[in-house]
Amino acid sequence: MSDAATEDRLLFKGADWDFGTIQRIHDACEEIALGELGLTVYPNRIEVISAEQMLDAYASVGLPLFYRHWSFGKHFAQHEALYRKGLRGLAYEIVINSDPCVSYVMEENTATLQALVIAHAAFGHNHFFRNNRLFLEWTDAKGILDYLEFAKGYVARCEEQHGEMAVERVLDSAHALMNYGVHRHRRRVLDLRSEEQRERDRRQHDEQMYNVLWSTLPEKPMVPPAKGEEERRRALLQLPQENLLYFLEKVAPRLQPWQREILRIVRNIAQYFHPQRQTKMMNEGCATYVHYRILNRLHEQGRISDGALLEALHSHTSVILQPEFDDPRYSGINPYALGFAMMEDIERICRDPTDEDREWFPDFAGCGDPMPVLREAWAEYRDESFILQFLSPRLMRKLRLFHVVDDAAEPVLRVEAVHDERGYRRLRRALARQYDPAWTDPDIQVVDVDLSGDRRLILEHRTHAGRLLEEQEARQVLRHLASLWGYDVLLREVEPASGASLREHAVSPPRT
Amino acid sequence: MQILDRRLNPRGRSLPNRQRFLRRAKALVQEAVRDASARRDIRDADAGGEVSIPLHGIREPSFHFGSGGIRDHVLPGNKEYREGDEIPRPPEGGGGGGSEGSPDGGGEDAFRFVLSREEFLDLFLDDLELPDLAKRRLVEGADPAWHRAGYSVSGSPANLALARTMRNSLSRRIALRRPKPEAVAELEAAIAELEAAGDAPEALVALRAELERQLRRTQRIPYIDPVDVRYRRFEPVPKPVAQAVMFCLMDVSGSMTEDMKDLAKRFYTLLYIFLQRRYKHVEIVFIRHTHEASEVDEETFFHSRETGGTLVSTALEEMQRVVSERFPPAEWNIYAAQASDGDNASGDSQKTAQLLIDNILPACQYYAYIEVGRDGEHGMPGFPRGPTDLWRTYEALVAAGAPMAMKKVRHRREIFPVFRELFQRRAPGEEARA
Repeated sequence: MSDAATEDRLLFKGADWDFGTIQRIHDACEEIALGELGLTVYPNRIEVISAEQMLDAYASVGLPLFYRHWSFGKHFAQHEALYRKGLRGLAYEIVINSDPCVSYVMEENTATLQALVIAHAAFGHNHFFRNNRLFLEWTDAKGILDYLEFAKGYVARCEEQHGEMAVERVLDSAHALMNYGVHRHRRRVLDLRSEEQRERDRRQHDEQMYNVLWSTLPEKPMVPPAKGEEERRRALLQLPQENLLYFLEKVAPRLQPWQREILRIVRNIAQYFHPQRQTKMMNEGCATYVHYRILNRLHEQGRISDGALLEALHSHTSVILQPEFDDPRYSGINPYALGFAMMEDIERICRDPTDEDREWFPDFAGCGDPMPVLREAWAEYRDESFILQFLSPRLMRKLRLFHVVDDAAEPVLRVEAVHDERGYRRLRRALARQYDPAWTDPDIQVVDVDLSGDRRLILEHRTHAGRLLEEQEARQVLRHLASLWGYDVLLREVEPASGASLREHAVSPPRT
Repeated sequence: MQILDRRLNPRGRSLPNRQRFLRRAKALVQEAVRDASARRDIRDADAGGEVSIPLHGIREPSFHFGSGGIRDHVLPGNKEYREGDEIPRPPEGGGGGGSEGSPDGGGEDAFRFVLSREEFLDLFLDDLELPDLAKRRLVEGADPAWHRAGYSVSGSPANLALARTMRNSLSRRIALRRPKPEAVAELEAAIAELEAAGDAPEALVALRAELERQLRRTQRIPYIDPVDVRYRRFEPVPKPVAQAVMFCLMDVSGSMTEDMKDLAKRFYTLLYIFLQRRYKHVEIVFIRHTHEASEVDEETFFHSRETGGTLVSTALEEMQRVVSERFPPAEWNIYAAQASDGDNASGDSQKTAQLLIDNILPACQYYAYIEVGRDGEHGMPGFPRGPTDLWRTYEALVAAGAPMAMKKVRHRREIFPVFRELFQRRAPGEEARA
C-alpha cells in the first residue's frame, strides 16, 4: 500500500474535527462494535457541548434537564471553582441511559479524544444500558427524557402555586431520603410515559371524591384495637417498608397531593439511578474495554494514525491508573481499573488459560472467543455478583489485593486474607461485598405506625457488625423525615439477632 | 445516528439554581463577603472573587455509618503482609490505608466558590441606601434616550403603528359607506337566485345595476388609504448622567496611629464601593491635614507620616478650594467622609463649625464624621475622657439640625455595622443622624 492510500484511509488528521469527522468516526466504530464485537445498542445521539454546559450537566447529576433546586447550584459552584483553579479537569463525556442514547462530548476534545469518547460512551456504555438486566428491569430508557421534562415543568408549576420556599422544603426532605426511595427487591416494570397521565388522574379523582358532607360526621368514639388489628394494619400499610419515600407518598397523613407528587418524582429518579450505583464498576469496565478494543482495531485497519493511537492510550492509561493503598493518590479502588482488568483477564482466560484458570473457570477457560462470555456477563451480572463469579486468582495476585479487618474494639487492624491459596475465596467474597448496596448502605425500614394514637412513625435500623449511624446527620435526616410525616419519628438501631435496641433517636417535626 | 450542536443553546442554564443557592446560603455568604472585602484595597474591593463559607450550613444530610463497629477493607498493592498480620491503627483511626484526605485540597469544613462582581455587591450592600441621591447633571454629547411621543403621518416602515392605522381605515370606510364584502356577496347571491328562477326580469336588472354601483364604490374607496397610515413617533431626550465625587478627609498628625488609619481606610473603602454602585462615575479626592492640609494620592494618604499640630479647618478650606475649582456643586454629587481621632487645636473649633455650616454642608449631599480609636483604649487610668473637642463641636452642629452623621469606631469589626447604620434604608422623615 502506498503512503497516499494509507493517508486516505485515515478518519482524521491532526486534532481538528468537524461534524463530518464525527460521523465518520461513529460509522467506523459502529462497524467494529456491531460487526466484530457483536454489541447491540440503542440508536446514538451525539451532542456537542461547551465546557460551561458540561459543568451544568455535572451539577444536575448528568441529566440534560432537571427541576430547579439550590443543591444543584451548590454543586455547580463547587465544580466551577475547582475547574477554574485547574484542580480538576472535566470528564470528556457524559452519557445518558435513554433511547436514543444521548452522549455529550466536549468541544475542547481533540479528534482522537472524540473517537475515544464515541467508542467509550456511544458503544460501550450504550451496550451496557441496552443489555444489562438491572437497567432493563428497573429503568425505562424510552421514557426518561419525557419524564424529566414533566418533572421539571411540574416542580416549576408547584413553585408558582405554592412558593419557592414551600417546594424547596419538600425537595430538601426528599433529597435527604433519596437513597431510601428505591424498591430493592420487588420487581416492577416502570412506565414513565404514563406518569404524567397518572398525576392528572389522581388530582381529578380527589376533586371528584370531595364532599363537604363528610366533614360533618360526628367523631367516632375510640375503640381499643381488636386482636388481629395490628396484623391487618401492617398488611394495609405494607409494613415493613424499606422504600421510605414510597411509604410517605402513600401513607403520610398531612401531605398535600402536590407534595406527594414531588416525593414521587424524587423517588422515580432515585430508582432510575439505582442500577448505576450497583453496576458502576462493570459499566465503566465494559466501556473501557470496548473503547480499547475499538481503537486498537481502528489502528490495525490503518484508520487512525500511530500518533492518535498513542494519544488515546495515554488517556486510557491515566483513566485506569490504580494507585496502591499506601500511595497518597489512593482513594479507593478505581472502578475503571478493576473493571477493565477483569474484562481483559476474561479475554486472557478464554484465549490462553493456565491450569489454574481451567480449574477455576471450567465453563469458559480456553473457549477461544471472549465476546460471548463478556456479553453474557454484561447482561446478567452486577458488580457484586460479577466479582464473585469472575475475579481470578491471577488478577488478585496481580493487583496484590489483601483484606484488612478494622474492629473498633481491637487495638490493631488484622490482615484477614491475602492473595494466596488460602485467601483467594475469602478475599473475593470480601471484595464483592464492598460492591453490594445491601452491605454498604445502612438497612433502614419503616416497621410500625401508631395510627390510632399519636401517629408516631417507628423505623428500625438493622445493624451489621455493630456499625451504628453517624448520629448528627442521622438526626438531621430524621428531622426531614418528621417534617414530611408531620408527627414524631423514632429510629431504633437494633441488633438483628437478638432484637436488642442499641440506640434510639426520637425527633419531632419542626413547628410551623 | 444524530449529531446535535448544543453549544449555541442559551447560556446560564444553571442560573436559577445558583440564585436559589445564594438565597439559601445568604447569611453565610454575606459574612464571607464582608470578611473578604476587608482585606482588599479601596479601588478593587468590589472585584468579586472567591469566597469560602462553612460547609455545615449547606450540607445535604443522608444516612450513613459513623465510626465504630467492625469494617472490612480490601486494598490493592500488598507489599509484605501475610494472613494474620497485625497492623497498628493509623492515627485517624479510620481507614486501613491512606484513604483520607480530600482531593480538592480544600478543607473538609469549608466550601469555596467564586462570586461574580454583581453578586458580591448585591450581598455586600444589601439593604443600604444613599441619602439625597438625586442631583443629576445633563451632560452634553451623551447618548440620548428615545421616548415615545405619539403618532406621526410619516416615518419608517419599521415603526408602522398597525392598530392605529387600521382603526383610521375602519372609521374612514364606515364614514364613506364603503360596501362590505358580505353586502356584495348577498347581492350576488340574490342575482344568482333570480337568474335561476328567471321570473322577474325588472328586479334582476335593478339588482344588477345596484351591484355595479356597489362595486364601483368599492373600487373608489380603498381599503387602506395613505391618509390612514400612522407611524409611532420617538423623540430624543437627553439622558441625565449622575456623577459623584467623594472626599476623604483625614487627620494624619502624630496622634493618629496606623490602626486608626486602617479603620478610616476601611470606612472609605465601603463608601467608595457604595457610591460606585449608585453612580456611573465616581471620583475620589484625598485630603490629609495636620496643621496644614493638602490634596494627595491614595498611597501618600494612607501611608506617609507627617508631624505637626492639628487644624481641622485647613482640611475643610482645602476641600472648599477643590470643590470650587473642579467640582461645581450644581453638577456633582458631593460626599465627604472625615476621619479623625477627635483632636483639634482649641481655637480652631469655632472656625471649623463656621466653615461647615456656611460652605461645606450646603454643597454636600452627605457628610459623615468617623471618630476612630479613642474611648478607653488609649485613655490614661484616672483620667476619664469626655467627648473630644471635635466631637463636641460637631455634636452642637447636629443638634442644631445640620445634615451630617457622626459615629465612633473603636474596632475593625465595628466598621461595617457603623456603615450600615449610617446608610440604612430609613422610614421617610427620619433623619440620618447618630
